[in-house]
Order: sequence, then C-alpha cells, then structure tokens
Amino acid sequence: MTAPSIEPAAPDRRDFLGKVGKGLGILAGVELLAVVVAYLAPGKGGAGRGAALVVAGPVGEFTPSSVRAFPGGKFYLARLADGGFLALSSRCTHLGCMVPWDAKQRVFPCPCHASRFDERGDVLAPPATRPLDLFPVVIEGGIVKVDTSRRIGRARFEPGQVTYL
Amino acid sequence: MSPVTDPREAPLPARKPSGFSNLVLHLHPKLVPAAALPLSRTFGLGGGAAVLFLILAVTGSLLLVVYEPSPERAHGTVTRLVDEVPFGALVRNVHHWAANGMVLVTLLHLLRVFYRGGHLPPRRGNWFAGVALLLLVVACAFTGYLLPWDQLAFWAVTIATGMLEYAPMVGGLLLRAARGGADVGPATLARFFVLHVAILPIAMLLLLAFHFWLVRKVGGVILPEGSGDRASPRGALVPTSPNLTQREGAMALGVLAAVMVAAALWDAPLLAQANPGMSPNPAKAPWYFMGVQELLVHLHPALGAVGVPLLGVVLLLALPALGGRQPPTGRWFGSARGARHALVAAAVGAVGTAALVVANEPLRRAPPWLPGIPPAVRSGALPLAAMAMLLLGAAWLSRRRGATRIESVQSAVSFALASFGVLTLVGVFLRGQGMALVLP
Repeated sequence: MTAPSIEPAAPDRRDFLGKVGKGLGILAGVELLAVVVAYLAPGKGGAGRGAALVVAGPVGEFTPSSVRAFPGGKFYLARLADGGFLALSSRCTHLGCMVPWDAKQRVFPCPCHASRFDERGDVLAPPATRPLDLFPVVIEGGIVKVDTSRRIGRARFEPGQVTYL
Repeated sequence: MSPVTDPREAPLPARKPSGFSNLVLHLHPKLVPAAALPLSRTFGLGGGAAVLFLILAVTGSLLLVVYEPSPERAHGTVTRLVDEVPFGALVRNVHHWAANGMVLVTLLHLLRVFYRGGHLPPRRGNWFAGVALLLLVVACAFTGYLLPWDQLAFWAVTIATGMLEYAPMVGGLLLRAARGGADVGPATLARFFVLHVAILPIAMLLLLAFHFWLVRKVGGVILPEGSGDRASPRGALVPTSPNLTQREGAMALGVLAAVMVAAALWDAPLLAQANPGMSPNPAKAPWYFMGVQELLVHLHPALGAVGVPLLGVVLLLALPALGGRQPPTGRWFGSARGARHALVAAAVGAVGTAALVVANEPLRRAPPWLPGIPPAVRSGALPLAAMAMLLLGAAWLSRRRGATRIESVQSAVSFALASFGVLTLVGVFLRGQGMALVLP
C-alpha cells in the first residue's frame, strides 16, 4: 500500500470555505448589531408608562369653539363649534417640539420649524406632514376624561375622530 | 538646490533629541521636506485639531469630577460648577470653546485636504479615516450638547433625534434606540453621557493614531508638483527637530491661547433647566446643524433630515473615486483655472441659495402649491432631483470650459458647500421667532 499523496486543497474548495467564513462573520456582526439595538431600544408598550386618565372637567366648562391647554398631560382639549371634543397631543408631528395655542389667530404654530395646525389638528402649513396626534376622549356622567396612555396617529382629520356627548 | 530662498526660512541644524523630541519623532520621520514646512502648506489644521482633542480630554476629566448625569441633578451640578467651584466657569468655557473650535478646525482641515487633492490616491485610505473622524467629532460635540440638561440642550436633542424617525423602515427603532424611550428623558441622558465620555473619545483616539500613522506611511503631507527634482522628488530634506517641532509647538501654544481668550471673553450658554412641556421660541440646533435645520424649514423631513445628510456623507466618501486617474497637482484648487471655476460655482451656489430662501419665505406660509401632489413628491422627490441636476450641471459646465476631471468635481462640491454654508448662516443669524426671517 502506497502512502496517499498529499495534495493541496483544490482552490475552489478553499475559495468556498473562505466565502462561507466571511458570510458567517458578516452574519455574526449583524446579529451583534441587532442585539445592541434591541438592548438599547425598549419596546413600544413601556409598562404602564404614563397610563394616566386625565380628568379634564365637566362638559359645561368647555364652551364650543374653545381650546384649553393641559400642560401636565401634554395635550389640548379642543371643543369644536358643533360641540364635539378632540384631545390633541401638543407634540408637533414634525420633530417633536411642543406647540403653543395662538387664540387670536386660532392656530397651533410650532416654534421650531414653523409648521401650523388648525384647531382640529390638521396641517395648515408644512414642513409637518401629519396632523397632531390624538388621545381618546371619554365622557362619563358629564365629565370629560382623556386617556393619555394611548397616542393615536392619523393621516388627516375625519369626523369620526370627534367625541360627542 | 534648495527650495528655500528667504534666509529667515533657512533650515536649522539637527539637534540631539531629548526625551520629549524622541517621543515626537515617533510621529514624524527624522527628516522632513523643507517644502512641507511653510504654514500655508497645511495651516496646521490637523495638528490644531489634535491639540484641541488634548485640551478637551483634560478639561473633560475635570468636569467629570463635578458633573452628575441624571435629569434631576445635571443642571444643578452645572450651575454649582459655574457659581461655586473655583475656576469652574473657566474650565467649562474652555471645554465649550475647544469643542466648537474642534468642529470648525476639523471642517477646515477637510477643506484644505480636499482643495489640495489630498483625498486622492495615494492618500485615499486616510481620507476615509478623516471623514470617520469628522463624524466622530460632530457626534462628540452633539452628545455633549445634551449634558447640561437646560432648555437649549433638551430641545436641540429632541429635534435632532426626532429626525431619525424619518429614516425609511428602521426610523422608529432608531429613534427609540437613541432616546431609550418615546421621549427624551433619563435614558437619553444616560446614553449620551456614556457615548460622550467613553465610547466616542476612545474611538476617536484609536482612529486618530491610525490617521497619523497613515500620514507618515505615505511620506507626509501632499506637496505641490515641482517641489523637488528628478533625483529627490520631494525636494531638500531638513531635520524634523527643531524645524518642524518648533513650528508645531508654536501652533499648539497659539491654539491654547485662542481657546483661553475665547473662554475669558464669552461664557458658554446655560439656560433654565429643561422643561419638557415648553419649547423655547425659536428653538435652535447647535451651529453645525443649523444648515440641516434650515433645510427642514423648506423641505420634506425625509429629505431634509435624512436624505441630504446621508447623501452628503456618501458624496464625501465617493470623492476619491470621482477624481479620475490623473494624479493630483498638490496645488491649491489644482490650478488657477480650477480656482476660478470653484470660485464661480461657489458664488452661484451661495447667491442662488440665498435667493431661494428669500423667495420661499412667503410661499411656505401660503397654502401649498400643486395641491394635488403628495408632499413627499412636492417637497421631497422634486427638490432632490433639482439638487442632483444642479450638481451634475455644475460639474458638466466646468468640464466643458476646460477643467480637468478633478477640477470639475471640485466645482460641483464648491457649489454644494457654498449652498450649505449660506443655509447655515441664514439659520444661525437670520432666523428669529417662529423661524421668520429677521435681521441679526
């Protein structure tokens, strides 16, 4: 029996193994990155975070066509001309600044990039591309309550978003 | 032959190296070309940035002794630092001005290298390292911006991290990863603090060492053609110590003096403690982001916040590949023609941008033009196409008028840089309440 001749691995096999090694390396890198990002980014449902029902007050306190600020809950309670209620997040949908209410001009002008929203939250002037977010409004026994734990994004104002008595 | 004609510029004889210059000579070769010595070759910008890094490391360590990174205590510790700690205000001011100086000097360093052709082979690898260092410098400056936890810091970081949301697909994830939640809060401060005092400076130090090593490996800074002759293409060599080391020492002392003077004259800003319920009017980003903030006033956020900054970095990284095969001349702007073209392109870019900003002022308050077209097209895709056309047009025109390939790319880049520079100036000086255009 003759000793088997030792031949160098065929180049295509070596290439193949090299490629597999590189591929596994890249995969490991991506996994590592995903782990770091997942570690750093907490889930959307931050356990009961801000799970607050804000009691805004009796219905009669809000005259139609009025907007009242609730700085603690970071929202505005708007009562539209037809008596319906909208709870508008005061966070600008463009880049997150707090919008003040300009009662004279009846707009929410953003101080950071000059977006403007009307009392229903709709965009009057860019650069914002979406209306102000909403919080659900509940009216129980003549008392208006706003659930600030549930933020509702929307593409435009629709009558179905308004809460009536 | 000697390239030095002025007797005051005559090289000094070599000195027996001391312990200190032995250390310095690890960064430098024993001999350097005499042609590399004049200040106008590099303006000492890279070395100046390195000196600022050292100043920032020292003052930063001092600040760390007093500062506490929690939303409840951060602002209080900074107030105590300024009001009670001996020389606390001075240390904070030096750190502030050195940080802003480092962003500025690094940008100027990048411009110097680009306009002398130092980004082209054989220095291409070091250009990539330099672009990475620029990003680290900006990241360091910006993460430091949040730490005082005042109104300025809180809202600038709210806006800047808010931009991440417009990244396609992964925007929401990136936003929550950067903030550690839906809003800027304690988790954000913890993240920015770790980045600012550990991760970014260490990364910068490692990359800086690599950056220096590559400069030495390629034989030093880029020199103009004709610095030497056939026998010694880089011209006469002179001893590094003391010819280069003395110049570097003078540069370092000059940088230190400039920072000290700025720190003595102007206090670093500190507004009231952050109030997450009220944005100041106007809320402005730090100056090196004001160009982007100005774009955000005019463009769709996906383009202004994500598209343009990303394309800018891609363009910087692509510049070496766009240069063609011709070796760089090493002269400013390649040639006199290159300088002329770059100047015209920059002037057109600056004036055109200023005109557009003014023209858009009444338009952006009016109801949108072309109401049937979605905003993503109207203020996103259309302006992007226009920008691409303008850049390509600038390069094409320059090429048609006899510029080399390198010079035509340089014209397009000059056009873009001047436009962005004007946007930055408008944002810093001409934007008042409600982001309306006002006189400074």
